[in-house]
Amino acid sequence: MREILSGNEAIARGAFEAGCLVACAYPGTPSTEILENTISYKEIDSSWAPNEKVALEVAIGASFGGGRALCTMKHVGVNVAADPLFTLAYTGVRGGLVLVVADDPEMHSSQNEQDSRNYARFAKVPMLEPADSQECKDFTRLAFELSEQYDTPVMLRSCTRISHGKSIVELGERVTGLPEPRLEKNPAKLVMLPGNARVRHPLVEKSLLELSEAGSAMPLNRLELRDPSIGIITSGVCYQYVREVLPEASTLKLGMVHPLPQSLIRDFASRVDKLYVVEELDPFIEQQVRAMGIVATGKEIISLCGEMTPGRLRNAFGLPQPVATSPGKLPGRPPNMCPGCPHRGVFFALNQLKAYVTGDIGCYTLGFMPPLSAMDTCVCMGASIGMATGVTKVVSDEEKKKVVAVIGDSTFLHTGINGLMDMVYNNSPATVVILDNSITAMTGRQDNPATGFTLMDDPAHAVNIPLLCKALGVKNIRIINPLDLEETKRVIAEEMERSETSVVITNKPCVLIKREDVFLKGPVYAVDTEACTGCRACLKIGCPAIEWRPAADGSKKGKAWIDPLLCTGCDVCRQLCKFDAIGSEK
Amino acid sequence: MSRQITNILLVGVGGQGILLASEVLSEAAMLAGFDVKKSEIHGMSQRGGSVVSHVRYGTEVFSPIVPEGEGDILFGFELMETCRSLPLIKPGGIVVANDLQISPPSVLMGQEAYPADLVMRIQDHFPDFILVDGQKIAQGAGNVRAANTVLLGAVSRRLAIAEDFWMKALEKMVPPKALEVNKAAFKIGREL
Ligand SMILES: Cc1ncc(C[n+]2csc(CCOP(=O)(O)OP(=O)(O)O)c2C)c(N)n1
Repeated sequence: MREILSGNEAIARGAFEAGCLVACAYPGTPSTEILENTISYKEIDSSWAPNEKVALEVAIGASFGGGRALCTMKHVGVNVAADPLFTLAYTGVRGGLVLVVADDPEMHSSQNEQDSRNYARFAKVPMLEPADSQECKDFTRLAFELSEQYDTPVMLRSCTRISHGKSIVELGERVTGLPEPRLEKNPAKLVMLPGNARVRHPLVEKSLLELSEAGSAMPLNRLELRDPSIGIITSGVCYQYVREVLPEASTLKLGMVHPLPQSLIRDFASRVDKLYVVEELDPFIEQQVRAMGIVATGKEIISLCGEMTPGRLRNAFGLPQPVATSPGKLPGRPPNMCPGCPHRGVFFALNQLKAYVTGDIGCYTLGFMPPLSAMDTCVCMGASIGMATGVTKVVSDEEKKKVVAVIGDSTFLHTGINGLMDMVYNNSPATVVILDNSITAMTGRQDNPATGFTLMDDPAHAVNIPLLCKALGVKNIRIINPLDLEETKRVIAEEMERSETSVVITNKPCVLIKREDVFLKGPVYAVDTEACTGCRACLKIGCPAIEWRPAADGSKKGKAWIDPLLCTGCDVCRQLCKFDAIGSEK
Repeated sequence: MSRQITNILLVGVGGQGILLASEVLSEAAMLAGFDVKKSEIHGMSQRGGSVVSHVRYGTEVFSPIVPEGEGDILFGFELMETCRSLPLIKPGGIVVANDLQISPPSVLMGQEAYPADLVMRIQDHFPDFILVDGQKIAQGAGNVRAANTVLLGAVSRRLAIAEDFWMKALEKMVPPKALEVNKAAFKIGREL
């Protein structure tokens, strides 16, 4: 059977066909849809973990129990999961374990563009890199087999264009006859104390060498001889761009980017006149090829930054570019919080209070954008709270009061709890606002341990966030309705004044939650054009449902208008209008 | 080495249903026996930002994205986004767009005006530009929400994919409840 699948759908399919029993992840673009697809295979136990480290540890446990296990994350997730990963390389596996990591060159939806291939080398773990959806499926299956054969976790590297690209896939059957999982003790292999680890490390080095040699004969590393004057070593999506732009060039397409198949590379280099390496981001392959004493051109002509495109590759090789039509100047279209988003009021208040806001990652990071413009730092998930503690350690007592950390519910549970523990433990006077919209919105509305449901949509215990904060030792915990601007501003201001840690928790759900009875739309609002003075106060919240309508005579005068199709009836704009010009239609 | 690839770009604003339209297109192309690749960015762009979906089909497709300046057809769901993507289209390419304006934040806030000359700007470079009032036609077919399908119908006539495959693709991708309306909308679009 042939189907058009995204890379993520194909990875899920590959895991199914490989007989995978457990899939665990924390969402992150562009990897999220893998687990949203493994749930369609009832043979796989799929779950969201609170963060990537836990997700990998769950997969490790499943593997040690004898089952095949999949763990997926975005590139920066590996930073969080790095601790178990590096030692997992030493223990090796029982059931095959595949860690999928999806990179995001060009940072379409990420805060950095780190190149995960370095992790494979650093952690001493083999890594496969598919170039289309068919390979996503096939390589995932193969990765499980290699994992067991070489007694090692195997990483599978995707990127935005592969994960979210779609192409035709020939489907296969699920393998049968894998050993039944059961407990089996093997401390020399699974208890990594120095004595045992010293025995394991040489084995890791040995199996990488073996894999490098075997790799030269594996079909996933493919030598394609065409015109011998140009030879290009490439992998993943870059292979597609090479074939598109330089169809006559000879290529060595690497399906395994760590360890590199050295003899195959030497063989290829000897058959072509001039050797190039075409890879996105770091000179990962290039530097190793050069270290083998082979002359190759790469980063002299290809940027270290951003993603590859056919046009950029044409540029690198000095090929002519088609003439581009210029559209002329156009207003930009940056993303925006949704109409009725409960985050909006908080940022409006923080802006008015002139707070110094240590930010975090989620939909609420859009609070950085004008007109709300109320975020001063954003580094990684969970960082807001630690940064707030740090800032208050160095600034004056007066300035300490300005410091507010903002963090979403999913992010708080991911890595914010530790920061808050530290804030209380070391007595920082900063204020933390937990924006609890009852969902992981940014990545597409995933459940988390505080929403009361699992990935499979089964009811689950919902973490009580106020009680959790209390248990961490926070004495001042306030719960606010973020759609009430007066209350929001007053409560945050009061807590900012306080000279000990306080937490303010918002209690309104994301407008995109589909589950019944969670988000309830209010009556639609409208502007009374008689009463509207055109003061523009309602525009200060940047709601996409409110539009400035200039006067017909082209003068500066105009009035606000509310799009009834977009308005969710959150009431926030009405509170801003001093002239009672905004009201619900009913 | 004529690989005969057809390069289509579907562009608009997050939430307009561009992904569904590009799925139907890809499915129809596969049913017609072509190799197909499709690519787009999810994520931040869904919060009301610009969305560009690339669909390529032919004998053998390599790059998942349309090489810059090689687009054959630009299929715009919104006027300003159509204009923004003109650099991706080759001279003499086909531009089909929905006559719809969605204001970006700076226009909503009254800091900038929505450009009034977009149709002219597009026509300057692409004289055969086809402007479709998708909403109005869809309303006639029974549901405003089928506007995308009207446009898809209009684009379909310019592609070497038989009507039968389009119908099969719609059957697979569109929920049963909305199928009849969408089929009707598609047929009207195909006559445009
Ligand atoms: C280590 C890491 N994992 C995953 C992500 C992807 N990611 C960005 S924000 C976010 C969750 C945001 O959820 P929440 O904190 O509840 O805020 P919301 O979007 O709901 O406002 C995720 C998973 C990331 N940036 N870094």
